Amino acid sequence: MSRRNAIEIVTAALLAAVVALVLPRVAELFVLINATVFVSMAILALSLALIWGFGGILCFGQTAFFGLGGYAYAVTALNLGESTYAVPIALAVPALAALALGYFMFYGRISDVYIGAITLTVSLILFNFANSTAGDQWHIGEAPLGGFNGIPSTPQLNIPGDPDATLSPQAIFVVAVICLASCYILSKLVLASRFGRIVVAIRENEARAELLGYDARRYKLGIFTVGGLIGGLAGILFANCVFVSPTMFSLFYSGQVIIWVMVGGVGTLFGPIVGAMLLQGLTTWAGTLPGINPNAILGVILMLAVLLMPTGLLPGATAVLGRLRRGIAP
Amino acid sequence: MSLALAVGLQALTGVAMLLIISLGLAVIFGMMRVINLAHGEFLMLGGYSAILAVRHGVNIWVAMLVVAPLIVGLLGALVERLVIRRLYGRMVDTMLATWGLSLALIGVVSMIFGNTVGGFSAPLGSVDVGGFYTSAYSLFLVPAASVMVGAVWLVLRRTKFGLLARGTMQNPEMASALGVATERVYAVTFAAGAALSGLAGGLIAPLSGVVPTMGTAYIAKAFITVITGGAAMLAGTLSASVLLGAVGVLATFLTTPVLGEVVLLAVAIILVRLLPHGITGRFFRRAL
Repeated sequence: MSRRNAIEIVTAALLAAVVALVLPRVAELFVLINATVFVSMAILALSLALIWGFGGILCFGQTAFFGLGGYAYAVTALNLGESTYAVPIALAVPALAALALGYFMFYGRISDVYIGAITLTVSLILFNFANSTAGDQWHIGEAPLGGFNGIPSTPQLNIPGDPDATLSPQAIFVVAVICLASCYILSKLVLASRFGRIVVAIRENEARAELLGYDARRYKLGIFTVGGLIGGLAGILFANCVFVSPTMFSLFYSGQVIIWVMVGGVGTLFGPIVGAMLLQGLTTWAGTLPGINPNAILGVILMLAVLLMPTGLLPGATAVLGRLRRGIAP
Repeated sequence: MSLALAVGLQALTGVAMLLIISLGLAVIFGMMRVINLAHGEFLMLGGYSAILAVRHGVNIWVAMLVVAPLIVGLLGALVERLVIRRLYGRMVDTMLATWGLSLALIGVVSMIFGNTVGGFSAPLGSVDVGGFYTSAYSLFLVPAASVMVGAVWLVLRRTKFGLLARGTMQNPEMASALGVATERVYAVTFAAGAALSGLAGGLIAPLSGVVPTMGTAYIAKAFITVITGGAAMLAGTLSASVLLGAVGVLATFLTTPVLGEVVLLAVAIILVRLLPHGITGRFFRRAL
């Protein structure tokens, strides 16, 4: 691993530690719960950053894994009465879904716009299906699926093995920050590994990578599954501070994730995290303005980002800084 | 027997509906390789244009068939000029930019008209089909869809512009070298595709009602229909609409409307997997 990578990982860990130690002591409960939502969104952005920015797979339905993680968590936790086994199951379900969907797509040699169409459609199918599960006949074990209303009684995390020790919102915030930092570090390590470098090589030139003897399908499937797993983790955390409902699958969220990554910078990991936080903050703030619809602002930002700054915020800023450092004013 | 007839008619209108909502997207994708993700919002604006025109006393047919395509066509020309033109050849970027446009349009229209359902009642009343009453207007969609497809075919096959457009589609550099103003061809094509979407919005407005977010209900269906159809835009969209529309209506008939939609989308996904270049990648390859 390069020295730069090591520095970035240590910085991320320190930053996370400071945030996790300080914020729960100073922030009000409402702010803290909102912050947890932001962190879960950042994890979701990270999952897309990995498969789009590095795998070159533009997944229009990353929310499918986000929603599946949330639903799997809520259903299992309601059935078991606690979250010890719910978390691993809720990670396994979206990962397996990504594995199955990825196998279907990559081994069928489907590419580009067709992958976009299929992933978008899958999340739409899940959205439609989850919406249609209103009524008493729709339940999995003890857990009613609740149709449009979702599962309002989504249980909170508890200390593994101890059903009575439910985590407080403060503790859940700390868990979320630790998850974000671990996912970031994990992604860094994956990308620094042999596997990660081959994934990037395939993004750069699939035909050449295949001629060198790498099975592109396997590597794409691998990174897609990791992305699904991380997306599912974001769903679990989101379920813990809001609750699961069909909107988790909605086109609105899938669009937002893409905007976060695009604005933050495709091909970076830190950019999308910042993008998610900034834009989520902006959306929340715009939602409080009278007569302004946040969609209008988000949409204009995405258009401007594509037209004016196709590399995204972080790479754009880094380029400007680099030029300044070299003494050539932009 | 009359039940079979009723289901058959349902299937026919289902196919016509799918064709109507997909055609604008298909023209733009087929001619320019541009996926317009604001297509759903073009439908929505077509619907709003028709409603506003009707409220201002315009004849209902004029509102649906003339005002809606005209306004959305003009908007399409504007969008092409400001956004699409800068992104030719960058398919993913156009998808993202038009997605941004889609969100922005939803937001702006919600701010102006609010999140309420608008609409006007469908003309023509109802007809009796062997003991089942059905809206005559929904049957009107079948000839409407046929005329739309026929008109696109005629323009492409029988006019000078159509010839130039097909040439540009096949080989832009060569067409440009031969003196075709390819930029203008693209601009007109995009505006025409937008106008078709506007017309579609006007046509479906009496059936579905109009809300700012209505586009999201249609974009994925239109998108997957066009993709399933493949490269040949008319033959592809037509065959995909027939197949998916019929499957969707049958599944709706056997289960519920929501599950019918789910089955339609699932069948489309399997089709894309089996025929990665769409239906026209394998069949009707020489069709338009």
